[in-house]
Amino acid sequence: MSLLSLLGVLSSAIFSGTSLLYATLGEVVTERSGTVNLGLEGVLLICAATGYGVTITTGNPFIGVLAAMLTGGLVNLIFGYLVITRRANQLASGLAMIFFGYGLSSLIGKPFIGKMIHSLPRYMIPGLENFPLRYTSLFRFDLLIYLVIPMAILIWWLLYRTRWGLGLRAVGENAETAYASGRNPGLIKYQALFVGGLLAGLGAAHLSIAFTMNWAEYMTGGRGFIAIALVIFSKWHPLRAIAGVLVFTGAVAFQLLLQVSGVNVSPFLLDMIPFVLTLTVLLIWGGTRKHSAPATLGRVYQGTE
Amino acid sequence: MIQSTNPRFKIPDSIMKIIQPVVRYGLTIILALFLFAGILLSTGNNPITSYQDLFTATFGSAYGFSEVIVSMIPILLTALAVALPSRIGMINVGGEGQLYLGAVFATFGALAFKDLPTWLLLPLMVLLGILGGALWAFLPAFFKSIGLVNETITTLLLNSIAPKIAGLLVFGYWHSPRETNMTPNFVEAARLPTFFGTRIHLGIVFGIVLLILFWFVMKRTRWGLEMRAIGGNVQAARRNGIPVAPYMLIVFCISGGIAGLAGMAQVSGFYGLLIPNFSPGYGYMGFLISWLAGGNPLGILLMAFVVSVILTGGNMLQITIGLPYAVINLLLAFTLFVVLARPTLPKLRKGKTA
Repeated sequence: MSLLSLLGVLSSAIFSGTSLLYATLGEVVTERSGTVNLGLEGVLLICAATGYGVTITTGNPFIGVLAAMLTGGLVNLIFGYLVITRRANQLASGLAMIFFGYGLSSLIGKPFIGKMIHSLPRYMIPGLENFPLRYTSLFRFDLLIYLVIPMAILIWWLLYRTRWGLGLRAVGENAETAYASGRNPGLIKYQALFVGGLLAGLGAAHLSIAFTMNWAEYMTGGRGFIAIALVIFSKWHPLRAIAGVLVFTGAVAFQLLLQVSGVNVSPFLLDMIPFVLTLTVLLIWGGTRKHSAPATLGRVYQGTE
Repeated sequence: MIQSTNPRFKIPDSIMKIIQPVVRYGLTIILALFLFAGILLSTGNNPITSYQDLFTATFGSAYGFSEVIVSMIPILLTALAVALPSRIGMINVGGEGQLYLGAVFATFGALAFKDLPTWLLLPLMVLLGILGGALWAFLPAFFKSIGLVNETITTLLLNSIAPKIAGLLVFGYWHSPRETNMTPNFVEAARLPTFFGTRIHLGIVFGIVLLILFWFVMKRTRWGLEMRAIGGNVQAARRNGIPVAPYMLIVFCISGGIAGLAGMAQVSGFYGLLIPNFSPGYGYMGFLISWLAGGNPLGILLMAFVVSVILTGGNMLQITIGLPYAVINLLLAFTLFVVLARPTLPKLRKGKTA
């Protein structure tokens, strides 16, 4: 095993983890307001297809990223209409969003299968200029990768240091009390879903535009579910979500490492690793995390009239 | 949007009880078809001729109709696998994974004991299928019962793992000499019998018998009463001495077993071999059906039929107008949207589990 392949593994793991962290952050925001969006997988698919399609039609990956974000926000508003305005069950609505995502994304993505795109421009990590190119070329990352950790800090700041975040968390803990203290729980839940959708769109855009650079049906391959599990692991906290994604990234790196080292392991077994690891992590820490969940998570807010 | 089921005009209750769900389901479907027509229009297709195609493909011939029944078998079973635990307030979104494990276990039986006679081999495969599904349901139920983690997210993760197990075994060990992506054809003794020269197989009998059994147990037995008590109010049930935790564990395993049986029926009755990724989301469709039906046995039969019409007709649409097959998920999603968007009707509240 050469140093080069080790670094290559590290680099791909970073690429693979970025989209997941954005999606996880988005789900943290929504769940903090008391809404579980089980349909994250579907939302990610729609955003990935839209972002990819817009990038091809406009030729500009940045417009593609923006389109994906906006799509995420809007799709989450549909979900919001069901669970907030119509007070539908959140789990069933989430399942409906998964179906919606499978269907709509394949419809949107169909004309773009196999087409090439201009990806996001990549910049080298500053300070690496003096190393040989064959190593440093692996560490040229796009803007979204550099921004993902600052984004986690920004979300933390929004949730824990602003009035809006306080209101949002209050709604998630106890909507009636938040209402009594002058907040509008329905509106705040909508806002949380919209922000969560923007972040999911960002993650999905990174997946299709910057990482895989193509569109394929069902391309997210369960990332939405892993993100939801990581939210539990992170105790609904944006900064701990980074740690959660690192676990996943480690799993992906391990998987790739086994592949490049030529060990004769079935690819199916390797593909299981991230899921098995996420599950294990949940089992080890899940039980102790129950008390840190937003108190009204998953419950329908029946209004105060 | 739809208030026409409001029983304002005077019709006897007994007739109302039959008319109301029919009207409700009917309007739901019509509205969903209407929404999907928008999608068809936006892709440059004529919705009217598309729907005509859909209906002639399914109701237009005896063969088409038999295909609807065939595609109904797995989703009838997976719907039951969702409806049963929902009665005690548990949510089984893991039908997909349980189905795969059932299929994998049954395939093991078919390949390992292919010399056994039919009367021994088929029951063995049924048992193995149930065992596989139950095992895959036991894990989340066990973790929930010891207070570790909620069953929803664990079942979803297990759903992602199960097809990979099937892939691992097929590609690694079980594939036929010529093709690497499927097992060899099962021996005749490992195939469920089919009827009337169509592809309808014994699985439909499993589905209907279990559906009747489900109704009977819920309505007429002590178990059903106790389960309804748990679903109604866990605390009250516990105080009345009902063993809640064992119930949750056992009911969840049974429901996993039913989904596993669906997988067994699919490989043994329909394909006659195991392909990785053979399920286009039967487990999730089961959830959808059970939800649409509010867990009601007759409703499950009805909705499973409707979803099968959509699936079978969707196959046809894919061929005639060249839309990707996954688009049919949109029609399913719209149906669910319509139902979810009006949860205030009294019947639907019953199915609520959260």
